[in-house]
Amino acid sequence: MIEALPRLIMTGIMDGSIYGLLAMGLTLQYGVCQVLNIAHGEFLMLAAMLTWTLSATFGISPLLAVAIIGPLLFAIGFLLQTTLFRFLKARMPSPPVFEGNALLVAFGLFYIISFVARINWGARDYVNTILTDRVSFLGTSFGLNQIIACVIAVAIGVAVYLFLSRTRPGRAIRATAEDPATAGLMGVNTNMILAFSFGLGALLAGIAGIMISWRNPISTYIGFNNTVIALVVVTLGGLGSVPGSFIAGILIGIISRLVSGFWEPLLIVPVYYAVLMVLLLVKPAGLLGKR
Amino acid sequence: MDITSFISTHRKLLALGFVLLILIFLATFPLYGNEYYINLLTTILMYTVLAVSWAMFSGATGYMSLATAAFFGIGIMATAFLEGTLPSPVIIVIGGLLSAALAFLIGLVTLRLKGIYFTIFTFGFVMFISQTAYYIDSHILGNAWGHELPLPDPGMLHYTMLGLVVVTLLAIYFIRRSRYGLVLLSIGGNEEAAEHMGINTTKMKVILFTISSAFMGAAGAIYAPALVHVEARIAFNVFNSFVPILMAIFGGMGQFYGPVIGAAVFGYLDRTLRVELAEYFMLVFGIMLVVVIMFLPNGITGLIQSLQKTRPIAKLLHRGKEEQHANT
Repeated sequence: MIEALPRLIMTGIMDGSIYGLLAMGLTLQYGVCQVLNIAHGEFLMLAAMLTWTLSATFGISPLLAVAIIGPLLFAIGFLLQTTLFRFLKARMPSPPVFEGNALLVAFGLFYIISFVARINWGARDYVNTILTDRVSFLGTSFGLNQIIACVIAVAIGVAVYLFLSRTRPGRAIRATAEDPATAGLMGVNTNMILAFSFGLGALLAGIAGIMISWRNPISTYIGFNNTVIALVVVTLGGLGSVPGSFIAGILIGIISRLVSGFWEPLLIVPVYYAVLMVLLLVKPAGLLGKR
Repeated sequence: MDITSFISTHRKLLALGFVLLILIFLATFPLYGNEYYINLLTTILMYTVLAVSWAMFSGATGYMSLATAAFFGIGIMATAFLEGTLPSPVIIVIGGLLSAALAFLIGLVTLRLKGIYFTIFTFGFVMFISQTAYYIDSHILGNAWGHELPLPDPGMLHYTMLGLVVVTLLAIYFIRRSRYGLVLLSIGGNEEAAEHMGINTTKMKVILFTISSAFMGAAGAIYAPALVHVEARIAFNVFNSFVPILMAIFGGMGQFYGPVIGAAVFGYLDRTLRVELAEYFMLVFGIMLVVVIMFLPNGITGLIQSLQKTRPIAKLLHRGKEEQHANT
C-alpha cells in the first residue's frame, strides 16, 4: 500500500501540471476580464477533439497540432471578449452584476459549444494517444507522453508567469486587472488587453486539451469535468492569482491520485469539493490570493 | 366611463380578478384537459416554485445562488426513500424541512462570503452532494439501479403542486410587503449601508435563504413521482440550478409575478422542445440563455414597463391630463 505512494504522487504532479495550465487560463479570464468562464473546460474539449480530427483526417501529428489549434482557440477567445462580454459589460450597471451575468452567459456558451461538438463528433470515446513508451524514472515507470506533457506544461506555466511579471504587455495586463480605469488613462488599450487575456486563457485551455489527448481517451463529455477541476483549482489558488493556480493545480492532481489510489475513484469530485469548502470557510481568498 | 381611467382606478380589483381567473383555470383543468397538458401544467407549476423562490432570495439580495438543484434534489430523494412508508403530505413537509435545515447550515457558514465566492460555493455544493449521494445510495445502501416510484395520478400531482404554488406565492407576496422584503432590497442595493443602519444582514440573509429553500425542497418532494425513475445523479442535475435563473431573469424580477411568467414560457418550451427537438434542446437553451441576458436584463416585465414609458398613446393621455391640470 504505502510503496505506491511515490508513484501516486509523481503521477499526481504530472496530472496536476496540466490542471495548473488549465486553471491559469481560467484565473486570467476572471482576474482580468471578471468573467468566471464556466465554459472553460469546453475549450479544452474542443482542442482535444480537433487534435483527433487533424491527425485522423489530415495526418497532422498531435505534437504539431498546437500550431493550428492554438491560434484558432486564441481567436475564439479574443472574439468572445470583444463581442459578447464587452457588450454585456457596457450594459450592466455595476461590476458585481456583470460578474453574475457573465457567469450565466458563459453557462449558455457551455451548452452551445458542447452541443455543437456533439453533433460533430458524437458521444463515443476517441483514442489518439501518442508516445506511449514506458520510461523508468525514479524507480517507477511512466509514459513518455506524461513526462513530456508535464515538462511542456511547467515550461509554459513559467513562461506565462515571466511574461506577466517581467514584460511591458504583462505589466499592462496586471494594471488592467487591478484598475482598468486608471490603466486606460495611463495609455493602456484596455479593450485590447481584455480581449488578449481572454484569448490567452482559451489558448492555455487549448494546450491543456491537446496534451490530454496525447495520454487519455477523449470524448465530447470531458469538458464539464475539467471545468469543475479548473474551478476548484482556481479558488484554491486564489481567484486571479496565476502562480497560485499553478501550485493548486499540482496539489489537486496529487489529491485526486491519492484518493483514487487509496480510497475510491468515485469520490474524487466530492473530495475536491470538501477541500474547496473547507478552504472557502477558512481562507476565502485562496492559498496565494490577496485581500 | 373612460376605459383607461377605469383600469387605473380599479387596478387592484382587476389584478385580483385576473389572478382568480387563472386559479380557476388551473384548478378545473384536470377535469377536462388531457393528460399531456395536465403534466405540462404541473411542470410549469414546479418551475414556478423554483423560479419564484430563487428570485425571492437571490433576485433581491444579488447573492446568486446556484444551489437550487441541491435543495430540489433533497426533496426528490426524500420521496424516493420514504415513499410508501409515510403519507405523502408528511413526506412533502419532511422534504421541505430537510432542505431548509441544509440551507440553514450552508447559509450560516457561507453568507459571510461576498458575491462570487458564494456563487462558487453553491455551485460546488451541487456537485458535491450529487456525487456523494450517488456513492452512498449505490455503493453503501446498495440501490445500484436507483429507485422506482409508483406511477402518480396526474390530477393529484397537479393539485398538490398548485397548492404549493399558492402557498409559495402568498408567502413571497407577504415577505415582499413586510419589513423583511425591504431589508432584502436594501442588502441588494448597498449591503454596507444596510449594516450601518443597524440591520443584521447575515442573519436576515440566512433566514430568507432558509425559507426560500424550503419551498424548493417541497417542490422536489412533490415532483419526484413524475420522474418515475429516481437516481441521485438525476435528482441533483445541475441544470435545475440554472433553469430557474433563466426563468426569473426572462420574466423580470422587478415585479413579483415576473418569474411566474418566465416559468410559464420556459416550462412550456422545456417540455415541447425536449419532445420535438430532443437533440437541439441544449443548443436552444444555451442560445436563449445568452440572448436573454444580453438583451433582456430586466426581463419581459421590465421591457413592458420601459415600453409603457415611451408609448405614444400613454404620452398623449399623459399630456391631456397635464393640460387638464393646468386649466383647473
